[in-house]
Amino acid sequence: MQAKKRYLILLSAGACLVLLSYLGGVQLPAASRSRHDRSRNGYRPDQPWPHFSDPLHLFLPWDETDTEEYNLHISPRQKRDVNTSVYKGKRCRMDSCFDFSLCHKNGFKVYVYPQQKGEKISESYQNILSTIEGSRFYTSDPGQACLFVLSLDTLDRDQLSPQYVHNLKTKVQNLPLWNDGRNHLIFNLYSGTWPDYTEDLGFDIGQAMLAKASISTENFRRNFDVSIPLFSKEHPRTGGERGYLKYNSIPPFRKYMLVFKGKRYLTGIGSDTRNALHHVHNAEDVVLLTTCKHGKDWQKHKDARCDKDNAEYDKYDYKEMLHNSTFCLVPRGRRLGSFRFLEALQAACVPVMLSNGWELPFSEIIDWNTAAVIGDERLLLQIPTTVRSIHQDKILSLRQQTQFLWEAYFSSVEKIVLTTLEIIQDRVLEHGSRSSLMWNSHPGGLFALPQYSGYLGDFPFYYATLGIKPYPKFTAVIHAVSPLVSQSQPILKLLVAVAKSQYCAQIIVLWNCDKPLPAKHRWPATSVPVIVIEGENKVMSSRFLPYETIVTDAVLSLDEDTVLSTTEVDFAFTVWQSFPERIVGYPARSHFWDSNKERWGYTSKWTNDYSMVLTGAAIYHRYYHHLYTNYLPTSLKSMVDQLANCEDILMNFLVSAVTKLPPIKVTQKKQYKETMMGQVKSSRASRWADPDHFAQRQTCMNKFASWFGAMPLVHSQMRLDPVLFKDQVSILRKKYRDIERL
Amino acid sequence: MYATGKYSSRGPALIPRMKTKHRIYYITLFSVVLLGLIATGMFQFWPHSIESAADWSLDKRSVHDAPLVRLPVSSPIPERGDLGCRMHTCFDVYRCGYNPKNRIKVYIYPLQKFVDELGVPISSTGLSREYNDLLSAISDSDFYTDDVTRACLFIPSIDVLNQNSLRIRETAQALAMLPRWDKGMNHLLFNMLPGGPPDYNTALDVPRDRALLAGGGFSTWTYRQGYDVSIPVYSPLSADVELPERQPGPRRYFILSSQTAIHREYRAELERLKEENGEALLLLDKCSNLSQGAAAARKRCYKGQVYDYPQILQESSFCVVLRGARLGQAALSDVLQAGCVPVILADSYILPFSEVLDWKRASVVIPEEKLSEMYTILKSIPHRQVEEMQRQARWFWEAYFSSMKAIGVTTLQIINDRIYPYAARTYEQWNNPPVVKWSSVNSPLFLPLIPPRAPGFTAVVLTYDRVESLFRVITEISKVPSLAKLLVVWNNQNKSPPEGEKKFKCPECTAIDGLSLDQTHMVERSECINKFASVFGTMPLKVVEHRADPVLYKDDFPEKLKSFPNIGSL
Repeated sequence: MQAKKRYLILLSAGACLVLLSYLGGVQLPAASRSRHDRSRNGYRPDQPWPHFSDPLHLFLPWDETDTEEYNLHISPRQKRDVNTSVYKGKRCRMDSCFDFSLCHKNGFKVYVYPQQKGEKISESYQNILSTIEGSRFYTSDPGQACLFVLSLDTLDRDQLSPQYVHNLKTKVQNLPLWNDGRNHLIFNLYSGTWPDYTEDLGFDIGQAMLAKASISTENFRRNFDVSIPLFSKEHPRTGGERGYLKYNSIPPFRKYMLVFKGKRYLTGIGSDTRNALHHVHNAEDVVLLTTCKHGKDWQKHKDARCDKDNAEYDKYDYKEMLHNSTFCLVPRGRRLGSFRFLEALQAACVPVMLSNGWELPFSEIIDWNTAAVIGDERLLLQIPTTVRSIHQDKILSLRQQTQFLWEAYFSSVEKIVLTTLEIIQDRVLEHGSRSSLMWNSHPGGLFALPQYSGYLGDFPFYYATLGIKPYPKFTAVIHAVSPLVSQSQPILKLLVAVAKSQYCAQIIVLWNCDKPLPAKHRWPATSVPVIVIEGENKVMSSRFLPYETIVTDAVLSLDEDTVLSTTEVDFAFTVWQSFPERIVGYPARSHFWDSNKERWGYTSKWTNDYSMVLTGAAIYHRYYHHLYTNYLPTSLKSMVDQLANCEDILMNFLVSAVTKLPPIKVTQKKQYKETMMGQVKSSRASRWADPDHFAQRQTCMNKFASWFGAMPLVHSQMRLDPVLFKDQVSILRKKYRDIERL
Repeated sequence: MYATGKYSSRGPALIPRMKTKHRIYYITLFSVVLLGLIATGMFQFWPHSIESAADWSLDKRSVHDAPLVRLPVSSPIPERGDLGCRMHTCFDVYRCGYNPKNRIKVYIYPLQKFVDELGVPISSTGLSREYNDLLSAISDSDFYTDDVTRACLFIPSIDVLNQNSLRIRETAQALAMLPRWDKGMNHLLFNMLPGGPPDYNTALDVPRDRALLAGGGFSTWTYRQGYDVSIPVYSPLSADVELPERQPGPRRYFILSSQTAIHREYRAELERLKEENGEALLLLDKCSNLSQGAAAARKRCYKGQVYDYPQILQESSFCVVLRGARLGQAALSDVLQAGCVPVILADSYILPFSEVLDWKRASVVIPEEKLSEMYTILKSIPHRQVEEMQRQARWFWEAYFSSMKAIGVTTLQIINDRIYPYAARTYEQWNNPPVVKWSSVNSPLFLPLIPPRAPGFTAVVLTYDRVESLFRVITEISKVPSLAKLLVVWNNQNKSPPEGEKKFKCPECTAIDGLSLDQTHMVERSECINKFASVFGTMPLKVVEHRADPVLYKDDFPEKLKSFPNIGSL
């Protein structure tokens, strides 16, 4: 009977179990079951929201208009004035605290107050001011200005800091143009002090805008203030280091998944999250380290964890972790932002933000979800699971975006300041501002000038994204400097050859010769329109002016003595259609670092690689005319004009700075090389024969490199030839056979 | 699954050991318990099913059946919304938790009818058609849960779409009575017409504690960035009128103004523009001879000439959307539907779904002060941009404005993206119309990087059985200095790969070498191409006429000075 008893117990236990699970489970699966049933046979046991059958009112009755009362009320102009007077201080917006009319007169010009004697200015602030003074926005005339920047150093408003400027309140109030801060921009990196680190600047900023680091969403006045990144005093003024990512690895995982190494504050604010990090640390792929060592008397406040944490902290090297981790934790510290943010960005370590309420740098224009993981401090313990759940394709994309953003907006003080100014300019010129796509994709907002066009398809960068192609024709621009004396001059042959190209839409002859324009009949008859423009100042840079007559996306830039056949032009244009953002041309040149002289060298030798193609015969996008004219500083352009040289080098610098890629050389007929190299006849050739000419080009290179802050040129070893070029097949099968013929 | 399998496998071994009478005894006992359980189950479900089946099968439920709730005068009133509220301060993220689908769960309160102590309802209209549509759409969506304990977001069934029909104080009291209200935490209210005369606030005036507001007329001063959601004002015409999509391009009129509620000062300004620019502008107003109502809403007049609205919107490149007493205008929806580029003049207005939509590609925003310069500003926009905007405008309407469902689901998706930002929809997903999504190319390696030579490359050699040719390839390629690794993929199940350096003869090798010339082979490959193109839906391959060669390729130049002298020598 033992067995019987056993079975009885077993059975009743089973029955109880069934009963229990039935009673317990009946509530939970109800939701899923009911939804399931409903979709299958229309049966709705516990209907979520009933489909009411009775006739319901419209939320907005047809006859409900708001005209009447509205019209009786004050006029819209008065209403705007009321807004302006009500919304001040914390509620400042462009509409209420900014005078747009100052900008409409002279465009977006920025005035910097003259520096006063005896006022000390930190190096960082000096860098900010010199960037503005060197930019195309700068004006020295306050009457022309739309925006004003103080020469008083407002960067560090921590009273305990040696950089702190005293009596700022009175100094600011005494400024003659202050006008309660209207149209003023104030830069700040640090505010508040121990123990609570408030965001108060210690003086009345009136209606001024703030460009501030570590700004919180509560204090951030959207579309008025600008959130800037925290940067160190060592941050370079121009150029800046490249991102550390040299190549993409697939799969994109690195040695560590998530790392952090930093201080844990024992007193004052800022360590709530950091105190809990050890819960997540696993000493394997998630390495989160804190140290209690900071300040002189940390040991007085030390807690039970300190010794253990400090020991673990010393085992790892910060740099090593930074470069070998997929994700980098960026928790708040004393303030919301930290240097770590930019460090992680540069190191291609995807930042995992744990800083609730931090208005991320340039949040107005940057879509941070594409380059960072925005975590929530409250969900710290979920962070490892979250980052592990991110698909590797997404990691690959996040990582590349960190590099793009770093180089586009953060790598130098200049970029940070210019981005700030461009953001404000976009607000001022609202109907001609950048779309989010322009800010968040290569080459970024600083190189995509909205004044050129609001249409993305007019730029060389977005064809693939929009799924469209450039306009399939080009405009030839021939730079003429010598008078027209004979009918056998190269320029006329060139004109005829180019006009015969099936892709040629029009030819512009830019008459930069001192002699008067030749009569119309002296130009050969062509099937495409020939437009002769007389250069106003007859300077070199005028060949890159954005002429309105250029209606095609592509420009074929030519010197008057260039020798080209129609086939060569046709082929180069088909190549350009595949690479619309680059310069496609024939003769190429190269740069090198001359370590003896410690400067950049220029060579025209026939070598295995090149980094420039001469714009005496090259196809590129017309947008580069706009960029050359409007982006480059007057100093460089006038240097080119004075020397009557280097314009092609400058154009190559510019395009490579934008694309980060080399130009493209296409194959050319032998004879052209000889003309270029042998320097035979023609006035232009004399320019090349001049020994100074070469030395000048050397000087130009170094001047340009210093303005760009780095050497933007990139070498290439590739030449693009027609598919059957010099292959052992019948010449009749070759489309571009003329290129091979001598 | 695993556990059950194990149990049943043990079953048969046990039973034969039992005596027959015992077995019968147990089976009877088991059946009794089972029957009991079934009966309990029936009892649990039966009443519900009867009620539901009767009600829902024929969709006959009426709003009048909603239970009545009487609000005591002293019933608590929520605080006014806190302008400092953000997701990390006023939203309880723990309710949403971690879930592998990264999707929030949304609960909708059942419909109740709130009345004050005298029995007067809190709203003059009660549940509107639009709010009903919105709630049914949400309840049909993947966000919905009917389990209040698992919900992350709560939506009251109290209709506050139009503030005009509400009694402010009582509505607020009703909100506070909701069982899970808890200071409005994680509650979402939908409002399209905020404010009332004379000042017309730009956000709903109903006090609502910490509730999130999906509002249709926010200004920069009332909108809590990253907390509230700016939504469109739904146009009832959307449901009534079908406007077929038109190809982008030039239209009969350049600028059209079709709103009826325009302030007289602005109308005067528009008249002036019309005088200056003549036929390019069409300035419509309501028809004086028609009485108010649905029919009047679909007509517009100019000097006695009658036009059909919204059809006339399709005849213009740009359509003016001027602020009225409120910033949000239903006309915006009509204009987008017509594929007309909206010219928005409403200072400080937060455009609908501006958190995710790139309005710069679909609209022109002009400060009210610059109304007089509108014509010049619009004329300066390139044609191709206007066409892109027209297409973009229509796409925005279709995806985000066309129905209450679209508006509701978009709102929830935006909130969802904030809670799971690492799984958020991308800019392209939000902003690219399907035609662009199909044709655009977004390379997964989008960063312009020129990889260094140092890591070299990995050679992957696919082979079937032509061992001789395989060895030839291996010998040649292993001479390359940048080769880091060589991987041979042996694609033959019948033979095992040769071992080590051992060479063996392959008699048919020479015969198969001519493989690519084989006719059937070419036919097969053409078939592949057609099949692939049809699966891709498009032909992704592109034809180019160039080839990459070394810079000095076949140039008349000493070979030993060339970096790649051997290319082309074969």
